[in-house]
Amino acid sequence: MVTDTRLEAELRALAGSVPDPELPVVTLEELGVLRGVQVTGPGRVVVELTPTYTGCPAIEAMTSDIEQVLHEHGVAEVSVVRVLSPAWSTDDISAEGRRKLAEFGIAPPRHRSPGEPVPLTLSVRCPRCGSTDTELLSRFSSTACKALRRCVSCREPFDHFKEL
Amino acid sequence: MTTTANAAALALGDDALVLSHRLGEWAGHAPVLEEDVALANIALDLLGQARVLLSLVGDEDELAYLREERAFRNLQLVEQPNGDFAHTIARQLYFSVWQRLLYGQLASAEGALTGIAAKAVKEVEYHQDHAEQWTLRLGDGTTESHQRMQRAVDALWRFTGELFQPVEGLDIDWQALEAAWLTSLTATLERATLTVPVGPRAGGWAAGAGRQGLHTESFGRMLAEMQHLHRSHPGASW
Repeated sequence: MVTDTRLEAELRALAGSVPDPELPVVTLEELGVLRGVQVTGPGRVVVELTPTYTGCPAIEAMTSDIEQVLHEHGVAEVSVVRVLSPAWSTDDISAEGRRKLAEFGIAPPRHRSPGEPVPLTLSVRCPRCGSTDTELLSRFSSTACKALRRCVSCREPFDHFKEL
Repeated sequence: MTTTANAAALALGDDALVLSHRLGEWAGHAPVLEEDVALANIALDLLGQARVLLSLVGDEDELAYLREERAFRNLQLVEQPNGDFAHTIARQLYFSVWQRLLYGQLASAEGALTGIAAKAVKEVEYHQDHAEQWTLRLGDGTTESHQRMQRAVDALWRFTGELFQPVEGLDIDWQALEAAWLTSLTATLERATLTVPVGPRAGGWAAGAGRQGLHTESFGRMLAEMQHLHRSHPGASW
């Protein structure tokens, strides 16, 4: 099954390169939501995807985008299944993903330690001017995964990918 | 899924679905834009949880849109009308503290609901934080906001006993859960300069029979609105 493994790695790279539908600067691989790609038969592939939030509507767009990419590469039957366990965490976002988020103007999440409640004290850096003097406007923002903050130094409001 | 696991998924799924719908009613009406967005986001989290839980039991759409009132197993607390903003926050506070404690326990035990509970509990941490921040702000705010917040926690108190009625299929120490809930609630209310309500939290005429399919007056109207489109246009899709 050496070829299968090689094929799986190739297909995973393809599925992983699909951009997030709501944050197109990061890929699904960088976001850490792609859990596995298995070839289950000739022309048959199962892709495991985990949602960031249980109700995140973007997962449907992710599913059809993955199906399309794999169909275009000759896979006849693509089945994208949703897995919940282990639960996705913002710690699953790669270093490259964090860098791209910041570059796009979204403050990346801070790292969480297990068992720690919602982090409140560590400062979030303004993605525009770099100041750490920022304030929380609302824990809920334009998408389920973001909080709304404002920079006290440059006065610019910005999104923060909140820790989960 | 066993029958008892089904019963538990249905009860918790209905809680999440009904509260999600109630919170959705705030869309376009919340006091400020940020709050409109916050309540809609909390509703979305709950809807996602409801979809997973109800899908364990059967077809999510049929369960949500084609059941009659008496077939719903949600707590009477979550079906209570939004009232003023303080009532919505009191309902959020009572429910989210309970949900976080319950799901936290489910997440650390092996069972049919472990995965969804472990996922959802992280979302609920934010819901609880949101409810607590508002309880503090309103309780320890102006005379008017203090009065309204106190009125709201008093009014919904009698629906909170039902939170600790054992749910078939959930292996939980309900007394310990209730003690932890009361401790958390008391700390928040006291910090908010509010008085922990006195009086029974269950019993009385009807409060606390949602799990048996008995609901309060406003629930029928809520369902009528929620189910209307699906019933009028069977099989319609986006």
